[in-house]
Amino acid sequence: MNIAVCIKQTPDTETRVKIADDGKWIVEDDIQWIINPYDESAVEQALLLTEEHGGEVTVISLGPERIEKSIREALAMGAHKAIRLDTGHMPIDSLATARALIPVLEAGGYDLIFMGQQAVDGDNAQVPQFIAQALKVPCVTAVEEFHLEDGKGWARRVLEGVHEKVGFSLPAVVGVNRRLVEPRYPSFRGIMQAKKKPIDVQPAALGAENLVIERLSYPPEKAAGKLFENGVDAVPEVVRLLREEAKVI
Amino acid sequence: MSTILVVTEILEGEIRSVSQQVYTAAVQLGRETGQTVTALMLGGGNLDALAETPGTYGVGKTVLVEDPKLERYSPDCYAAAIAQVAQAQDAGVVLMGASVTGKDLMARVAQVLDTSMAQDCVSFRVDGGTILFTRPLFAGKVLAEVKVTSTPVLATIRPKAYKAEEAPVATTVERAQVDLPEPLAVVEELLKSASKKLDVTEADIVVSGGRGLQGPEHWGVLEKLADVLGDGAGLGCSRPVSDDGWRPHDEHVGQTGKTVAPDLYIACGISGAIQHVAGIASSKFVVAINKDPEAPIFKVADYGIVGDLFEVVPALTEAIQDLKVGV
Repeated sequence: MNIAVCIKQTPDTETRVKIADDGKWIVEDDIQWIINPYDESAVEQALLLTEEHGGEVTVISLGPERIEKSIREALAMGAHKAIRLDTGHMPIDSLATARALIPVLEAGGYDLIFMGQQAVDGDNAQVPQFIAQALKVPCVTAVEEFHLEDGKGWARRVLEGVHEKVGFSLPAVVGVNRRLVEPRYPSFRGIMQAKKKPIDVQPAALGAENLVIERLSYPPEKAAGKLFENGVDAVPEVVRLLREEAKVI
Repeated sequence: MSTILVVTEILEGEIRSVSQQVYTAAVQLGRETGQTVTALMLGGGNLDALAETPGTYGVGKTVLVEDPKLERYSPDCYAAAIAQVAQAQDAGVVLMGASVTGKDLMARVAQVLDTSMAQDCVSFRVDGGTILFTRPLFAGKVLAEVKVTSTPVLATIRPKAYKAEEAPVATTVERAQVDLPEPLAVVEELLKSASKKLDVTEADIVVSGGRGLQGPEHWGVLEKLADVLGDGAGLGCSRPVSDDGWRPHDEHVGQTGKTVAPDLYIACGISGAIQHVAGIASSKFVVAINKDPEAPIFKVADYGIVGDLFEVVPALTEAIQDLKVGV
């Protein structure tokens, strides 16, 4: 199988985000960068498939040179090769990102294209759908279970209170939930091998950006709450406040 | 004058609550932009019974699209149908609830209409004719005000961000014909989730548990509290709890899980990791119960109780039950 996995480098979810002086983006110094956790599960799923069916996993990522650290991590997990679409600017508009990925994915002739259903920075949750729509191939997002059966893809996607079992032909784009599979840790051998694996750097042809950030702000500070240190004895007072002050019960 | 098109999400013959919320949001938006509001309903048939519902929330027109290919959700067919109706109705704005399906579908519509979209917005305002949407970034650690500079403007609205408000008007019902492709991905089966409780993203009150519960066998304590809080209550949990398999993944609240905006969030035995706190930032009121007075969850709690949750939660359950039966 010839599988592509699109990954994005994002700040670690532990990051305390600081807004830059111009108010348009965050301060990127001192950020611990990671592979978007959803994409990590996508890499794992692709590796499991090639281990079972043979074939190759190509990791594709868009961004400046710093993202090669994350690309190497995916290669250390076991991906075979990588393409970095070079751009100093990571668009907030998913359509602009997708436009850069589409020709590369089309040229690769992949049987399956995996990626996270969303990235933990912008939570845009759009790139898989854009790619599938452009390539005119099936797309399933919010996938928590995936398998192949007689060359056909099956996925369980999780909605609010309901699960859908979806069948589709290949090639296909699959946007995965973090819950699909737990990603492996790279082995020492994997890390050593990853250093020699090729990263093909190509210029990124971004699409037009029509989603524009006007201003970033911090969520409104909550007024200091009331803290009761008397355990179970506080319950009557808290219930009264919930009814009379908060009016939520 | 163009219209604001609201895509209605129908699941098993019922309009989902998030769509009713988006009707209200669209009516508010229309008041500011001077646009009319049109509800769109798609399905395999039998939509007439639902066609008047948008009128309850102030939406004066409903467009019905009935086609066997729309019997079950297929992003390919649904996106094609919505795009065609948006063009035929001269939609300047297309809105849908940011449910799992809404987020999946609207990105497809955007691609077909060659426009950009703002996903999972919590509010909007109109400034000199431009709609500025507010959407959380980094799971809510930062709020971004964004605009879409292509047309039509597409956005999804987070469940519970707006309250559905009844404002009855007469509804005109129109039918539209669309030209649909063969579906590429087909829903073959709908499976009910094991829990009878509301999904965390839809619940008015979320009772959520963390490692402090000490094991899955103790969840009855939280279930009883959720039970007395009524049908609008749902269950949530922290990430370690779902990672360890104590609770289903659907209940995981936080960055990489679900982001919630209930009226009341009750965090029991949850320490308050930054990813969890971000995920509950839109809650209107937060109650935290934890043994550790230094737990970070207390920093975001409106009411914090330092104590043993196995004493406090049952007492809370009993007190609320007494309140409900008027003791």
